[in-house]
Amino acid sequence: MSLATILAVVVGLLAFAVVGVLIGRTQAARVIVYGGSLVACSFAAVVAGSHLLSAAETATLTLPLGLPWLGAHFRLDALSAFFLLVIEFGGAAASLYALGYGRHEETPERVLPFYPAFLAGMTLVPLADDAFTFLFSWEFMSLTSWALVMAHHHARANLQAGYVYLVMASLGTLALLLAFGLLAGPDGGYAFATIRASHPSVMITALVLGLALVGAGSKAGLVPLHAWLPLAHPAAPTQVSALMSGVMTKVAVYGFVRIVFDLLGPPDWWWGLVVLPVAGVTCVMGVLYALMQHDLKRLLAYHTVENIGIIFIGLGLALAFEAYGMAWAAALAFTAALLHVFNHSLFKSLLFFGSGAVLTATGERDMEHLGGLIHPMPLTAFVFLVGSVAISALPPLNGFVSEWLTFQAILQSPQLPSWALKFLVPAVGALLALSAALAAACFVKAFGVTFLGRPRSRAAERAHETDGFSLSAMFLLSGLCLIAGILPGFFIDALGPVSHGMVGASMPPQSSVPYLSIVPLAESRSSYNGLLVFLFMVFSATLAAVAIHRLASDKLRRAPAWDCGYPGLGPATQYTASSFAQPIRRVFGTLLFQAREHVEMPAPGDMRPARLKVELRDPVWDTFYAPVTRAVAVAADRLNVMQSLTIRRYLTLVFAALVALLLVLAIWP
Amino acid sequence: MIVNLAVQGAQMMLVLLLAPLLTGLVRKVKARLLRRQGPPLLQPYRDLIRLMRKEVVLAENASWLFRVAPYIIFAATWVAASLVPTFRTGLLFSWTADLIAIIALLGSARFFLALAGLDVGTSFGGIGSSREVMIASLAEPAMLMIVFTLALVAGSTQLSTMVGFLVSSEVGLRVSLGLALIALIMVAIAENARIPVDNPATHLELTMVHEAMVLEYSGRHLALIGLASELKLLLYVSLIACLFAPWGLASPDADAKALAISLFTYLVKLAIGSFLLAVFETSVAKMRVFRVPEFLGAALMLGLLATLLLFVSGSL
Repeated sequence: MSLATILAVVVGLLAFAVVGVLIGRTQAARVIVYGGSLVACSFAAVVAGSHLLSAAETATLTLPLGLPWLGAHFRLDALSAFFLLVIEFGGAAASLYALGYGRHEETPERVLPFYPAFLAGMTLVPLADDAFTFLFSWEFMSLTSWALVMAHHHARANLQAGYVYLVMASLGTLALLLAFGLLAGPDGGYAFATIRASHPSVMITALVLGLALVGAGSKAGLVPLHAWLPLAHPAAPTQVSALMSGVMTKVAVYGFVRIVFDLLGPPDWWWGLVVLPVAGVTCVMGVLYALMQHDLKRLLAYHTVENIGIIFIGLGLALAFEAYGMAWAAALAFTAALLHVFNHSLFKSLLFFGSGAVLTATGERDMEHLGGLIHPMPLTAFVFLVGSVAISALPPLNGFVSEWLTFQAILQSPQLPSWALKFLVPAVGALLALSAALAAACFVKAFGVTFLGRPRSRAAERAHETDGFSLSAMFLLSGLCLIAGILPGFFIDALGPVSHGMVGASMPPQSSVPYLSIVPLAESRSSYNGLLVFLFMVFSATLAAVAIHRLASDKLRRAPAWDCGYPGLGPATQYTASSFAQPIRRVFGTLLFQAREHVEMPAPGDMRPARLKVELRDPVWDTFYAPVTRAVAVAADRLNVMQSLTIRRYLTLVFAALVALLLVLAIWP
Repeated sequence: MIVNLAVQGAQMMLVLLLAPLLTGLVRKVKARLLRRQGPPLLQPYRDLIRLMRKEVVLAENASWLFRVAPYIIFAATWVAASLVPTFRTGLLFSWTADLIAIIALLGSARFFLALAGLDVGTSFGGIGSSREVMIASLAEPAMLMIVFTLALVAGSTQLSTMVGFLVSSEVGLRVSLGLALIALIMVAIAENARIPVDNPATHLELTMVHEAMVLEYSGRHLALIGLASELKLLLYVSLIACLFAPWGLASPDADAKALAISLFTYLVKLAIGSFLLAVFETSVAKMRVFRVPEFLGAALMLGLLATLLLFVSGSL
């Protein structure tokens, strides 16, 4: 029943897309499309949520669509229900935000048709139960999001972003296509039920694992396949950036989980060995890239890469534990990963919404031109602060809970018998710890430079608070960040059936633990109570405030800033985003990004300003992409000769090709 | 239950009351080592009271965050310090936050401190915040690796359980614990802005980190931030004491006499800790800022090595 309802929602979303095509330019269309998407997504979220919470039976449905001999298979199990909840809730929040934010859209006819279609595509992916439907929905999602990235196609950077995105999306789909082809085998059993029942050989599993990692990983943003992500996510209108970063990357995680945990059968011991190093490197590289940015939206996009790394660390650990039959530890790692999926969708959407509010208020994405926005935009600043604390994994908010669970999972891994894993897991743990600390640094920078200090430009001085719709969406998400942080037990329990279905066990029930603590294994080993930590902090802070104001002094006087006795210096003397990151750039970037600083100091008496130029190189682009681009260019040059041959030569070529193929067929055993 | 609640309450007040004394003691010993008279032992209390009574002079463009941050910093540090066993294990609320969460609470405090440094928009605040997060970005992972080591030895991240295990005879001498101790001392020095990483007594120098961040604070706000950093010092000394010198800690079922003895032992440990810190601080010179990453990188590597050893063999 719930499956059919969600499919009906998809049809509804597509209908709104048609509305967007027909009357996209009008004011009414914005309200209809975003309002309609809000209602549709909220409804679907409720349906998916109730399916998950009631631990309902797996529902299947076959529609006479798609390949004629196959039909379109749909299935709603706990895993799909959880990811649908993430998708639909993110979609609802983005639609609510867009009701206000969309007002500033200059070319709504380029956004409105694709927005609901994008949501529909993302909704279909977790429901698909055969390879054709899966790939069709996946491509539909990619193409609609590509169209949204190209919505502001006049900017040159966006054109490039769209191009890179298209190439990478094709690569990802190609990998998935091959993966499903291998899974389906020579008989072409494309239905997931058939694939589940088959037992692929080791060779095939190895290939499929690699292809799934490329296919889903390129969409999710695993290093080194992340190159398109920081270009494309910020280029789209903000509500779409939030969806792409907060939600679409999660659809990619779903794709990986579905293929590797579900379709590929029980894991081998080395699967974790493949996933974990990629995940660890993704974590640290993602956050270091983010630290080097001064474009607010791009910083957030890079930071998504880091969080995807954290999620994949959880998944990799779950694979390793499951392979060795440590189901309880696998459940812990898997639940940690899924909880981080949920948490990240909350705070990343929230932060993107905040950056959109800043963008409308000032017209600036470059943090070097912002500053002091906490004064004109106190509410946006507050919610952005909540998002920053949450994403930096600081208690008592939700980001901490999922990272804490991941750490707990790492601490179970000495029991793994494999020596390779014994050496790898502590290193991955260190990378995770490093990225957690760097994330806090990154968001001190993002929040501090954007919202604190003094305005660095006229635009920042004239900023104003954003509209009510946007604010309500942001407050909704920050409220959930707090609730998921102080009452994580309920969220962990909701993930029980998902974990049970995928790794064969689930974490012990948490909501029955006294005082709403979470106890992953046993109370003597580890426990955390977000609620009490929050209450203690509120209590101590209030106690201190009341005691000091009552007993000592509550007087306050405003005066010019002290600044070591040099008051009256202009806002240009403040630390900027680049200078804030300078120590970290020097510590980590000298080696990794080959960061070089060139100081151009004019001679005394010369009135030109001194200049400091920072040069960074992207190691991933240099090692992976640049050679490929060059090879393609060289090959294109060489093949250019083929463009203008005579008809006689073309016929010879065709003949030669035919003979060669026939020869191959003849020789093939 | 009542007894437990009383002990937890006593612990909260104890750390709050002892923290300035510890700082005073370190200052006194340092001064005596330099052949100065030094301020009286109780000077930090007087400073705090005086600051609290003074009016706050707030920079004109300071935001609400700047005014709220001292309370958040103080609260997070106080909660963290109350959860570290001082004279008795098995604190009532020890299950609220394990050692990872305690470290993260200190991380929250630092997050807000660094933001507060950026709020007024002066270059000194910026330099302090920027360097503080650079130091933290290495100190925190090093600390987490130390936590991993201890958790793997004790089979728990719960501080009470950890201490209970370390005080038992099962531990013995372990390479990993030795490495963890060295790393923990290095991290503690960096986290508390002590020489050679930062100088708590400096002012108006480009080398300062912690003091630069709080430059714009005055009155009660400054008092709270000062108290928070004194609490943090106490926290780290107590942490090192309870993990690596857990002798004399009272067990949860100890009677009044045993509690009195353990309280006395704790005070002795604090005195020894502050003496060692003062001696160390007077015997080394401050490092350049960009030597700090090497210092902390060494701590991180020691922590990682200790963890690796435990992954290889549980008995190392």
